[in-house]
Amino acid sequence: MQRRHFLQTGSALGTVGLVSACANLGGHAPKVVVIGGGYAGATAAKYIRMWSNYGIQVSLVEPNPSFISCPISNLVIGGSKTIEDITTPYDNLVKRHGVQLVRDRVLSIDSDKRLVKLAGGAELPYDRLIVSPGVDFMWETLPGMNKPGAQDQVLHAWKAGAQTVALRRQLEAMPDGGVFAMSIPLAPYRCPPGPYERACQVADYFSKAKPKSKVLILDANDDVTSKGPLFKKAWTERYKGIVEYRNKHNVTDVDVAGKTLKFEFNDDVKANVLNVIPAMRAGEIAVKSGLATANQRWCEVDFLTFESKAAKNVHVLGDSIQIAPGMPKSGHMANQHGKTCAAAVVALLSDHPVNTLPIYNNTCYSFVSAQEVVHVASVHRYDAAQKTMLTVPGSGGVSAAANALEGHYALAWARNIWADTLA
Amino acid sequence: MKLPLTLLTAWALSGLAHAQTPDALQVRSWAASCANCHGTQGQAQPGMVALAGVPKELIVQKMQDYKTGRLPATVMQQLAKGYSDEQIVAIAGYFAAQKK
Repeated sequence: MQRRHFLQTGSALGTVGLVSACANLGGHAPKVVVIGGGYAGATAAKYIRMWSNYGIQVSLVEPNPSFISCPISNLVIGGSKTIEDITTPYDNLVKRHGVQLVRDRVLSIDSDKRLVKLAGGAELPYDRLIVSPGVDFMWETLPGMNKPGAQDQVLHAWKAGAQTVALRRQLEAMPDGGVFAMSIPLAPYRCPPGPYERACQVADYFSKAKPKSKVLILDANDDVTSKGPLFKKAWTERYKGIVEYRNKHNVTDVDVAGKTLKFEFNDDVKANVLNVIPAMRAGEIAVKSGLATANQRWCEVDFLTFESKAAKNVHVLGDSIQIAPGMPKSGHMANQHGKTCAAAVVALLSDHPVNTLPIYNNTCYSFVSAQEVVHVASVHRYDAAQKTMLTVPGSGGVSAAANALEGHYALAWARNIWADTLA
Repeated sequence: MKLPLTLLTAWALSGLAHAQTPDALQVRSWAASCANCHGTQGQAQPGMVALAGVPKELIVQKMQDYKTGRLPATVMQQLAKGYSDEQIVAIAGYFAAQKK
């Protein structure tokens, strides 16, 4: 793409930003490398390009050929959406925004030399690095899941993609009268209401296609961690006799061949289809690069810039971070991290002051059926004294009741956030 | 690597600098957090209200009505309460200035 076109594009979008001609003068355009093209990383890549008026070079390292959304993926499991409906190519980041897409995995980060080493052998130098690898699973907490083939039989489906489709197939193959058992790890984990939405989606499918079947929720937490009364109402009224919720059920092992879950304090549970959502930590590259400073699990950041507390010029975003109070690990929130970080990185690379008062919101919709939705919303504002993001008192809340209007809004939300992140 | 200072100076003299003070950048960041639902720079995808080019006074009035409960809503009455009157005015001004 011609630079002139970049300038025209920037102008057409009404971009407030920096001169973009810097790349033409001596070839010293600042370089940003982004690891991971999820909600946080892809958003950061796009907005750094836009807000620098296309003056900062951005390379996005992502092994997957396209973006598959975790939000809405439970509807694929429920059967009202397909995997194609939740898949978006990365093309527009490249064509419209000039992001360099690198289809590869990161092997290591050298933060002294400011270099990222890729599995394919290439090395990418950076002025600032953004690490947004999402979550990885703590398989060491479930010995049976480390046996050969175990992870192909007992699915998590907690990273949207092949496992989402495979779990749907397991449910379709299950005989009527069977039991679907899903385990939920102790918080924090990716998408607090996600497991409860999934229970509703499976129950919706069973109520239509396999009415003698059961959904058993085995939650390590003391109670439902998000939208509790709204989900419980759906289970006791809408899905009466189908859904059973058991709290304080912490899975310690899985007998894959015997299709049995083992717990810290409770009796074993055998089911036709097991869905184990394991405990999570920051994505592997963040942990092995020493960025996961909180219990070797999550990455602590400065909430003004998302710069790591462990490494200079390295920023961490999305589900990998040690969250602020009341901040969910959600796709919506990850997108907000991406924009906050993008603004800070553009400012830092051009000697501008960084925004001292970030404010952003979270809106999370959960489908309790194929059409009806409940939401939780919150507004988060930087607190200079505590140096963290806090929810604004008096703001936020949940739906009064499940409703179809919010079902339309939820799908419109998905179209908009996918475009904001990727188009 | 930083963007060269001379270029920043050139940019500052380009006539656009008035709209690009740090305060304007702060407002742009605040407004960007609306984009998840209302589209990048307020240019919404189908099914959601677009904010780009909507008169400032109209956005401010609606947000105030959400805040006080005069205007019924599903989510906006909860989100509007998270922003001060001054922040709402600033964000509304940003969206009013965006191309439809």
